[in-house]
Amino acid sequence: MHKLLTDSPGKEMLLLGNEAIARGALEAGVAFATCYPGTPSSEIPEQFFAISRETDLYFEYSTNEKVAMEVGAGAAISGLRTMVTMKHVGLNVAADPLMTLAYTGVEGGMVIVNADDPFLFSSQNEQDNRYYARLSSLPMLEPTNTQEMKDWTVAAFDLSEALKLPVILRTTTRLAHIRGGVKFGKLPTRKTKTTFKKDPFHYVCVPAVSRNLHKLLLEKYDSALERAEKSSFNEIIGSGKWGIVANGASVNYVSDAVSDLGIEGKVSILKLGFSYPVPKDLCTRFMKQVDKVLVVEELEPVMEHDLKGLAQEQGINIPIKGKGVGALSRLFEYDPGMVRKAVAEYFDIDYQAPAPVDTSDLPTLPGRPPNLCAGCPHRATLYAVKQVYGTDAIHPTDIGCYTLGLLPPLSMGDLVICMGSSVSSSCGFSRATDQKVASFIGDSTFFHSGITGLINAVHNNHKFTLVILDNGTTAMTGHQPHPGVDTEPMGVHRTQISVEDVVRGCGVKDVHVVKPFNVKKTIEALRASFEYDGISVVISKEYCPLFAKGIGKARKARPFYVNLEKCKNHRDCINLLACPAMYLEGEAVRINKNQCIGCSVCAQICPENAIMPLKG
Amino acid sequence: METKRCVFVGVGGQGNLLASNLLGQAALSMGIPVVVSEIHGMAQRGGVVESAVLMGEVKSPIVSNGEAHVLVSFEPLETMRILPKCGKKTLIITNAQPLPPFTVSVGQGVYPPVDEILDKVQKKVDNVIALHGNDLAEEAGNPLSLNMVMLGALIGSGAVPVTEAVMKETISKSTKKAFLESNLKAFDLGMGVSKKLAKSMKP
Repeated sequence: MHKLLTDSPGKEMLLLGNEAIARGALEAGVAFATCYPGTPSSEIPEQFFAISRETDLYFEYSTNEKVAMEVGAGAAISGLRTMVTMKHVGLNVAADPLMTLAYTGVEGGMVIVNADDPFLFSSQNEQDNRYYARLSSLPMLEPTNTQEMKDWTVAAFDLSEALKLPVILRTTTRLAHIRGGVKFGKLPTRKTKTTFKKDPFHYVCVPAVSRNLHKLLLEKYDSALERAEKSSFNEIIGSGKWGIVANGASVNYVSDAVSDLGIEGKVSILKLGFSYPVPKDLCTRFMKQVDKVLVVEELEPVMEHDLKGLAQEQGINIPIKGKGVGALSRLFEYDPGMVRKAVAEYFDIDYQAPAPVDTSDLPTLPGRPPNLCAGCPHRATLYAVKQVYGTDAIHPTDIGCYTLGLLPPLSMGDLVICMGSSVSSSCGFSRATDQKVASFIGDSTFFHSGITGLINAVHNNHKFTLVILDNGTTAMTGHQPHPGVDTEPMGVHRTQISVEDVVRGCGVKDVHVVKPFNVKKTIEALRASFEYDGISVVISKEYCPLFAKGIGKARKARPFYVNLEKCKNHRDCINLLACPAMYLEGEAVRINKNQCIGCSVCAQICPENAIMPLKG
Repeated sequence: METKRCVFVGVGGQGNLLASNLLGQAALSMGIPVVVSEIHGMAQRGGVVESAVLMGEVKSPIVSNGEAHVLVSFEPLETMRILPKCGKKTLIITNAQPLPPFTVSVGQGVYPPVDEILDKVQKKVDNVIALHGNDLAEEAGNPLSLNMVMLGALIGSGAVPVTEAVMKETISKSTKKAFLESNLKAFDLGMGVSKKLAKSMKP
């Protein structure tokens, strides 16, 4: 049995924040869950995926976030309790349905989990999605620890059903990926089937309908505001004259700072957990009881601006500051030391930060950037493209492990902005320049949002090569399935869609399917594609070795070694491929047999044929 | 209880996230308030992986510079890189066996001699426990049990309030049977070395 199905109320377990949210959904009787995976949200759907195989919970990995949102909308409007999860940039993809789903509202509780990523641990930007609550007028909850992530998820479903509105539950990396104790509640039985009640003049958003719905949304907003004013998730802690306002992860840093500095009696903390609609009366009361306010919030000065506006409206004339105090900025994530310092500075407290050891005399350390794994097929494909295209061609790339190909020595990556942008931006690059263009996209990303770009390329007669790196899984986020995956080894029956069929169906005439570990044939296909006058697609098919191992399909090849009698130390292998299985022992190249999976790419490019499979 | 801030650092694949997770579970089962933080995703593709375990009356899941009570490092170069987390009083428990990054293999940097690393580290803080973690893992019969060696070393140092018995019970509960014996042996080997070295620690 999955650990989150443990039905013992009161039991405490150490859970990852994302697991706590999944547990909360289960305690709320969630019946329907969809997502597109994305760090730091991916472990929520991972729980649902496993649990859906043991229970009547419906779960799917949808093609992208927009699709996930719309699939979820259908279920929630029909009356089922529904959860949709995604990372912050995923909500951009899903913003279109989100904005008008706010108009139609829902029948069954619908919770949208949005995970922001301050410091961009694994994202292309660090946008602040609190603005989406403001843009859509939807309520937002921001829990601050694992227990709240579980409890507030349950509350979010109730709130959604009461307001008949989707509710956004916002986390950040430092909540999604912390572990803490969570006390379990009861597991109810879930309602998994319902009947949709037709109401076209409520649900079909033509202008005449939407004019009424926008008015309705504002009424629901007022009702949400009333609830926010009274919500126990918004709390004034203490009664001192120094005011600190915080949300999410920052609440913890503030709380620790106050006790570390020993100023408990002097401070009032306003914790905003039901953060949108902004509880104006509560904030006003707070500002009236303090002499000055420090706002501690990661990313944008959202609360800071709200409070300044509110103070003006209420005629409250006290200093309100956030960004710019100490090291508090719009950049990156905060940490306890930084917040402690800012609090001390703002309230003029004598404080000496703990001194880190002096590292000024340390030598320059070699970097350890993330790297493609030993035997990663992306390395083989990117290497082959480089042999054909040289260094002048433009290589728009996309979001996945292969983005790491931007690092030397492969250096294959010239632009990444968002999922699917490799294909569409190639259209622009190839028209605007006379340079050759060969772009990269993974299989999951292709299904997510590469197909529309490819149709555009065919229709508008663009000329470039699209290389689809098909490793049979969504590797970077943890090997989730996607429409092109054979899900049978995972015990799930889904229809597998062939990348090649889709490509041909989009109207591409020049299609090559290659096995990247065959270097010569891959280069031949790429050369043909290079010469083709039009849109050409090369599908490079080989399992992600980590995924293959997980599903019992690991390569049965022997690891390789460098025969030092033959090796003349050209070092093409190590210098051009940078496979982590290779290392230098003195001046000699060696291969770590525990890491080598026998892909043989290095052996194929060795000018002396000095790399050979180990015997036995 | 007194707050304990532990930082774990290693290289993707060395298993330090499992180690910090198990320490967190053991603490919770002893009724010690605990919060763990981890970084997942892109950072794990052979890059540096950092996690933290904080015990006691503390809510923040991160350890700021200079504030670690204990650093458990699975790789000597990474010990050096993460030194800013440490202050003079930080106990550093480090594996002394290097795992050079591929940047070194392609000539984009030089891996400093391990003796030099350990020497520098020892001058920075009061107490360092350095052990040949990979050798001990091999000795235990499973090269992948380095994380158990390091956990053993941490418990053996006495720097955290988690007991040997509870830690072993937690390991037993969450380890596949095939690896249980080697994992516990690796834990014992790490603990043995660390207990011996901890005797001569400065207060």
